[in-house]
Amino acid sequence: MTPLDYLLEPLQYDFMVRALVTTVFAAVVCAVLSCWLVLLGWSLMGDAVSHAVLPGVVIAYILGAPFALGAVVFGFLAVALIGVVRDTSRVKEDAAIGIVFTTLFAFGLVLVSVTPSQTDLNHIIFGNILGVSATDLIQIGVLAAVALVVLVLKRRDLTLYAFDPIHAHAIGLSPRRLGALLLGMLALTAVVALQVVGVILVVAMLIIPGATAYLLTDRSGRMLVIAPVVSAVCSVLGIYLSYWLDAASGGLVVVVQGVAFALVYLFSPRHGVLGRHLTASRRRAAAVG
Amino acid sequence: MTAVEVENVVARYGDVLALDGVSLTVEPGRVTGLIGMNGSGKTTLFKAIMGMIRPDQGTVRLDGIDPAVARRRGRVGYVPQNEDVDWTFPVSVHDVVMMGRYGRQGFTRRPRAADHAAVAEALERVALTEYADRQIGRLSGGQRKRAFVARGIAQEAQILLLDEPFAGVDKRSEATIVGLLRELAADGRAVLVSTHDLHALPQLADEAVLLLRRVLFHGSVAEALRPANLARAFGLDVLEQEGAA
Repeated sequence: MTPLDYLLEPLQYDFMVRALVTTVFAAVVCAVLSCWLVLLGWSLMGDAVSHAVLPGVVIAYILGAPFALGAVVFGFLAVALIGVVRDTSRVKEDAAIGIVFTTLFAFGLVLVSVTPSQTDLNHIIFGNILGVSATDLIQIGVLAAVALVVLVLKRRDLTLYAFDPIHAHAIGLSPRRLGALLLGMLALTAVVALQVVGVILVVAMLIIPGATAYLLTDRSGRMLVIAPVVSAVCSVLGIYLSYWLDAASGGLVVVVQGVAFALVYLFSPRHGVLGRHLTASRRRAAAVG
Repeated sequence: MTAVEVENVVARYGDVLALDGVSLTVEPGRVTGLIGMNGSGKTTLFKAIMGMIRPDQGTVRLDGIDPAVARRRGRVGYVPQNEDVDWTFPVSVHDVVMMGRYGRQGFTRRPRAADHAAVAEALERVALTEYADRQIGRLSGGQRKRAFVARGIAQEAQILLLDEPFAGVDKRSEATIVGLLRELAADGRAVLVSTHDLHALPQLADEAVLLLRRVLFHGSVAEALRPANLARAFGLDVLEQEGAA
């Protein structure tokens, strides 16, 4: 078997092609969003919203409504509840987040257990990338495209919001509206990604690519290119590995992303733990030589 | 026209009274120093002027009009305190100054030739042209402040608010910033600077306001710096009275 066979053999199966295309969609849109989540310090919020959409998705399934609608409603509901608990009691924000999202997630699990369905709703929890149908693919593609277009068109405003919300306010923009936009996109993106890796691991795709890119560049514009490229490559690699190792695809997608982060953490020329020293000593050698 | 008009503003955080009936005017063409100790309400007053908080009582007008309208017209420029900025954020000096132009740009804030020209001119004015491509945190304390002042210049803001611009800035850079602010005021801008650096005040400001939840004094710098006035602003007279009692 030549190396090319390793690449081509899985592509004989339609389900593998659909899996790869879906994964790339999800990886790209998650990675773009993750840049702002990492810069804003919203990782915990990303975790919370991506879990809290579960009951929304199940209720949407029961009512025959679009999954995205249910997800967005419950995404905002979760953020509102977190705000209420934090602001009107002596409970601090991290505890408020922990209480609200686990409760909503648990409620989602209860709904899953009592909802009769042809498609196994457990797939929402652990992801079912190999079982993506052509209809699923279209739905995911549309959602990913909408989220991606909005994020890319509004990228400068979102970066301003993350960097200096007071200046945004001072020039007449609404930081609150920009924050809400980001949350809405977070809920949409969670729906896209949960097909791939499941609700539990969505947060990995929403944090790791942005954090990896953040260690590689000092330019937000470049982060928005590096994060999706790294994420897409890692995700495709994860899917291939799952085919050849016959192991969990969602799990492998995240493991590969984590390994990529670890390599960058160590060897990034400017911000890597070892890379910093290597760059410095190479400079010294060049100066001496 | 008066640039900033604060009238009888009262602001509370829960039970804490941060501003207790503050009235104040800031005129164009002048640098006004806002002096007060930590907790005197300087930052709250800035927030009220910028419309970040809604005062419990009183009104704020900018350029004689509603502050929200003045903000949308890009009249208000703001230079944040050091600790309010994430200095590891992946933006260049040029990116930061360009943010001053966003209010004038279209839906996606795509910069046009006029925006690039305004940014280049602003960087030139604060002498940071050669640092345009540096990440914002890779500047010295004084250069960082000048980058944010350049953002206000690129914005064409006529009211500049600076919150503690001399914190973490060495003496030479401080003199550079003072000179720059004097120039900007000479062009006709209103410049309001909060500081507890009293040494720079005579060179910096045309007038001074002493704040301790209310305006204790508003007038010439020389008079503001008289020991009796400073003692009131920094709460020392209370201590002396308590000591005597």
